Amino acid sequence: MMRLTLRALAVLAAAAIAATPAVAQDKVKIGYAISKTGPNAGGASITQIPNYEMWVKDVNAKGGLMIGGKRVPIEVVEYDDRSNSEEAVRAVERLVTQDKVDLLFPPWGTGLNLAVGPVFNKYGYPQLAFSAVTDRAPELVKRWPNSFWLLGTSKQYIDSLVGLLTKLRTEGKIGPNIAMISIADGFGIDLSQAARKGFTDAGFKLAYDKSYPIGTQDLSPLIGEASRSGADTFVAFSYPPDTMALTEQSKVASYAPKVMFLGVGVGFPMYTQRFGANAEGIMSLGGWSKDNASTLAYEKKHVEMFKRGPDRWGSQIGYSSLQMLEQAIERVGKIDRAAIIKELQTGTFDTVLGKVKLVDNMMKDNFWLIGQWQDGFFVGVAPQRAGVGTVVVPKPAWRP
Amino acid sequence: MLLEVTLSGVTLGGMYALVAMGLTLQYGVARIMNLSYGELLIAAAFAAFWFYSGLSLSPLLGLIVVPPLAFAASYAIYRYLLQPLVRRAKTRDQLEVDSILATFGLLFVIQGVMLALFGGAYYSYSFLSVPLQFAGAIVAANRLLALVLAVVIGLGLFLGLTRTRLGTAVRAVAVDPVAAQLVAIDVRTASALAFALGGALVAASGVLVSMFLTFNANLGVVFTLKALIVVIMGGVGNLLGALIAGLILGLTENYVATFIDPGLTLAATYAIFLIVLLVRPQGLLGRADR
Repeated sequence: MMRLTLRALAVLAAAAIAATPAVAQDKVKIGYAISKTGPNAGGASITQIPNYEMWVKDVNAKGGLMIGGKRVPIEVVEYDDRSNSEEAVRAVERLVTQDKVDLLFPPWGTGLNLAVGPVFNKYGYPQLAFSAVTDRAPELVKRWPNSFWLLGTSKQYIDSLVGLLTKLRTEGKIGPNIAMISIADGFGIDLSQAARKGFTDAGFKLAYDKSYPIGTQDLSPLIGEASRSGADTFVAFSYPPDTMALTEQSKVASYAPKVMFLGVGVGFPMYTQRFGANAEGIMSLGGWSKDNASTLAYEKKHVEMFKRGPDRWGSQIGYSSLQMLEQAIERVGKIDRAAIIKELQTGTFDTVLGKVKLVDNMMKDNFWLIGQWQDGFFVGVAPQRAGVGTVVVPKPAWRP
Repeated sequence: MLLEVTLSGVTLGGMYALVAMGLTLQYGVARIMNLSYGELLIAAAFAAFWFYSGLSLSPLLGLIVVPPLAFAASYAIYRYLLQPLVRRAKTRDQLEVDSILATFGLLFVIQGVMLALFGGAYYSYSFLSVPLQFAGAIVAANRLLALVLAVVIGLGLFLGLTRTRLGTAVRAVAVDPVAAQLVAIDVRTASALAFALGGALVAASGVLVSMFLTFNANLGVVFTLKALIVVIMGGVGNLLGALIAGLILGLTENYVATFIDPGLTLAATYAIFLIVLLVRPQGLLGRADR
């Protein structure tokens, strides 16, 4: 009898605990650790942090998330991971175990998203990574079904770039030689490896192919060598400071390849701010659709809130991922992380990118992979599918 | 092609030298290993950016306005933050440890203020990015300006230090602060002046560097490290040594990048640094007896 009572009490207690969040959910606690300092801060504060702030503001302006028939405001817990993976892992652990957050936002960059992946997985939190590009994404999704790799794989970008260049070569607009440089860091290594294979397989010849260390402050020797290689296509998998320096130093050296493809930073608002009309014809990762009204509304809102535009590569995808999360939570109607993950995997969502339905936890044909500055708009020019912009080749001459 | 690479190497080296000259004064004369050195450089870069895009003024005007402000700020930092350390330090080693700890804290204060004001995003603007021709080789005007200023400041200060009374006093403090007092040199004032002058120099280099490099609030440490290498390689406290060491590093980087492999520039830089340390531990133009 006594034992039975105890068991009944235990069941009651368990039921009470399980029921508490649903009853007493007067706020949704969302936590994130992100690089506010250190080498990642530059990227994080342009592509990622504004999206988090904007979405939380948007949702709270409506009164909060619609959960179980009423609006529940969002409360944010934020940590600085100092661009350090151990710090990021510790911070995410702390968010889950001490701050007891209901949901987590991912950190910035491929490295940190891979680093915190096991923690998100261990506690069963959805991880909507939108600033990570990794060829291991399909394999990771199998291992961590709670992880989503929205920015895609290196191979996708390279396939699109190779497809675009092959088309240009067939049309006789460019020759078979490519000069390629890459930063000796995660992003540059991954993409240049994929590109080396992709270009060679497609019959291109790499007339110049070198990597340079992070923090290189003078890129003129590389520009000189690329120029002397005679290639009329220049591809650089660079980070923002190098992307800026490459553009500036190419302009000074009057280096004018027919195709100029540069890495991270071309889509940043500071790029056109600094180079103005000289950005014309420069290609990079990402790209927007000209006729998408929600994209333009998103940009307008971004400029109003932060006095600067979004990154033309990752920003929209990031905001879309948050909209997806919002809709998934509201459809589930409670903070049931397993159900939210399931909804994210299978549902269709309305986002600034348009309708999004994930395939194997990744986006498919929802955004452009290669873009080009044309008349001050970063137009998506690859992959080839409906609505693609026409690429402008050769790149217009530098203006003084 | 050789000329072009040499020219770009010399301008890069000039920039390194310029960035390092303030530190060599602060470390060599005032004996403060200033870890917040790079942060002051970035702060000056932000000031130049604000001059350019906020006030629509030429960053060259920043070159006139910012260094005196940095001079005053550095003087105040030395006077109120560092002089107590100098006073209580019994040995040079102790002062070194104390100053490293104090300026390490200062690093985060300056960085925190910049993060609060400007956030972590990258900043960059175009100024004087026009090509200049030299016997067929091309160099950007803004980078050349940094080189010219490095040479002018380097030689000017070198002459000032060797030919004037105050300069001699400053050098005496660099050699032996205790003995300098015996010949009636005001060591405190000389040290404070050297530290403040170092601050003004780093501010000038920050303004110049902002014209062609992309920066954010977190980039200071990169410059502190580079400056430290140049300072140690050239000989602590020696402006001419900093100029020579900077040029050697710049030329090496660009020769290696062009003729061997750009991936090996860092390795080459540190190899040269190591060789100098092995052969001349006191630095290229440093004095052995210190």
